Amino acid sequence: MLGEFDLVEPTSVAEASEVLARHGDAARIYAGGTELILAMKEGLIRYDYLVNVKTIPGLAGVRVNDDGTLRIGGATSHRALERDPLVRERFPVIARMESDVANVRVREVGTLGGNLCFAEPHADPGTLLMLFDATVRIERKGGARTIPLEQLFVGPFETCLEPDEVLTEIVVPPLPVHSGSAYLKFGFLERPSVGVGVAVTTDDGRVREARIAVGCVGPVPRRMREAEAALAGQTAAESRNTLAEAGRIAARASDAITDLHGSADYKEHLVGVLLRRAFEQALASSDGSGAP
Amino acid sequence: MNAITMTVTVNGEPRELTVPTHETLIECLRERLGLLGAKKSCDVQVCGACTVLLDDRPVSACTVLAFEARGKTVRTIEGLACGDELHPIQAAFVEHGALQCGFCTPGMIMATVALLGENPSPSVDEVKHYMRGNVCRCTGYKRILDAILDASRRMAAAPAPA
Ligand SMILES: Cc1cc2nc3c(=O)[nH]c(=O)nc-3n(C[C@H](O)[C@H](O)[C@H](O)COP(=O)(O)OP(=O)(O)OC[C@H]3O[C@@H](n4cnc5c(N)ncnc54)[C@H](O)[C@@H]3O)c2cc1C
Ligand code: FES
Ligand code: FES
Repeated sequence: MLGEFDLVEPTSVAEASEVLARHGDAARIYAGGTELILAMKEGLIRYDYLVNVKTIPGLAGVRVNDDGTLRIGGATSHRALERDPLVRERFPVIARMESDVANVRVREVGTLGGNLCFAEPHADPGTLLMLFDATVRIERKGGARTIPLEQLFVGPFETCLEPDEVLTEIVVPPLPVHSGSAYLKFGFLERPSVGVGVAVTTDDGRVREARIAVGCVGPVPRRMREAEAALAGQTAAESRNTLAEAGRIAARASDAITDLHGSADYKEHLVGVLLRRAFEQALASSDGSGAP
Repeated sequence: MNAITMTVTVNGEPRELTVPTHETLIECLRERLGLLGAKKSCDVQVCGACTVLLDDRPVSACTVLAFEARGKTVRTIEGLACGDELHPIQAAFVEHGALQCGFCTPGMIMATVALLGENPSPSVDEVKHYMRGNVCRCTGYKRILDAILDASRRMAAAPAPA
């Protein structure tokens, strides 16, 4: 049974931040509540105050700047992203990933900000958005900062946010021209066991840049820069021969943990398999220049 | 505040309710309003037995808070049939034998209402993807799938007043 709490409904980020600062550990941001209310029902945590950020005007919504940068409000639901025509057209890989998060009811209610800020390692959006070098805007009363998404995640269920900070926006720059991308996951429980994202930028039949991100396997989603470097500059044919090695490097770097989702060995193996498949898909969609 | 007074339209009927902020929607529906169709089963948003529609969107009533229905419409299985006349989705479920114990059925049917509202002629894969979060322990899903596809055909042939 859910315990009592006071609901606070701020009309600005500054007001939300002020309430959070005033009540410290007794208060918590409430967005969709799909994680928070579950944990509170279980009695794992309790708060005297929940601060409903959905009442802040403008915190939910999607737009695309003239330069093609996608800006997602922190309180935007997974479902809104999945269905948004602009996201589907310009960032189809994000719309597809979103359409595969949880089930439709969780997607209707759960927000992207809540997903990222909960920092449950078995999640999808953080891993994929990292490929785009996404940044997040974090605001509090009297200040704001923008940090790379990669730096948001500190550990399982832990972010670098201060208690009075609100994640207000996720900013996703487009990939360079002649890029293709793919996100693949595998799991047999409710949440994914392994998630791998790959973006490939080609230039005259060569892999100019490969970006690789791995999530779920270790404590936080991460870019795999050593594995990326192994593929950069190769022809499409060469890169296919390097994939196994890139997969081993990424698997080693992923800090795989043995848990209910599988043994570390098993997850490392899956990282290699998904990396290879995601790379092929990304290459094939990078203007066809690397199509098999 | 620890209670909210709100107007909410439940199965077409406007209601004025005062709910504690920590009341879940399923508690509100079952205990406050006596609507026993939606079931609480897993209580963690996995099974879908508690599926109801908030402004025609499917939610897990076990975890969504009742105050979130503020100013919205709530639809439950009780609001579907027109007197003795079953909604085409209900009729299809009955005719295809898409239920045994029936515990999952109110949620299955409400999820189907939402699906067909969004996508009146879904493919088999689209149905499977949309219904992924609704679990049935009896039927093996084949009959449910058949019923949903059949309901979609019936509704396309004779659009119901929804
Ligand atoms: C059954 C189930 C299956 C799932 N499967 C998947 C899956 O396959 N892949 C996946 O990626 N995820 C999955 N999830 C997780 C789901 O995506 C999250 O539950 C959802 O996105 C959380 O958003 P919310 O708005 O409900 O967060 P809330 O529960 O409201 O909040 C979560 C946490 O984030 C904080 N917070 C929320 N918004 C902000 C903000 N704007 N600024 C700062 N802090 C904030 C809250 O204080 C809280 O600590 C699953 C969840 C469930 C219940
Ligand atoms: S009881 Fe709500 S999803 Fe299972
Ligand atoms: S009919 Fe028994 S659970 Fe579906």
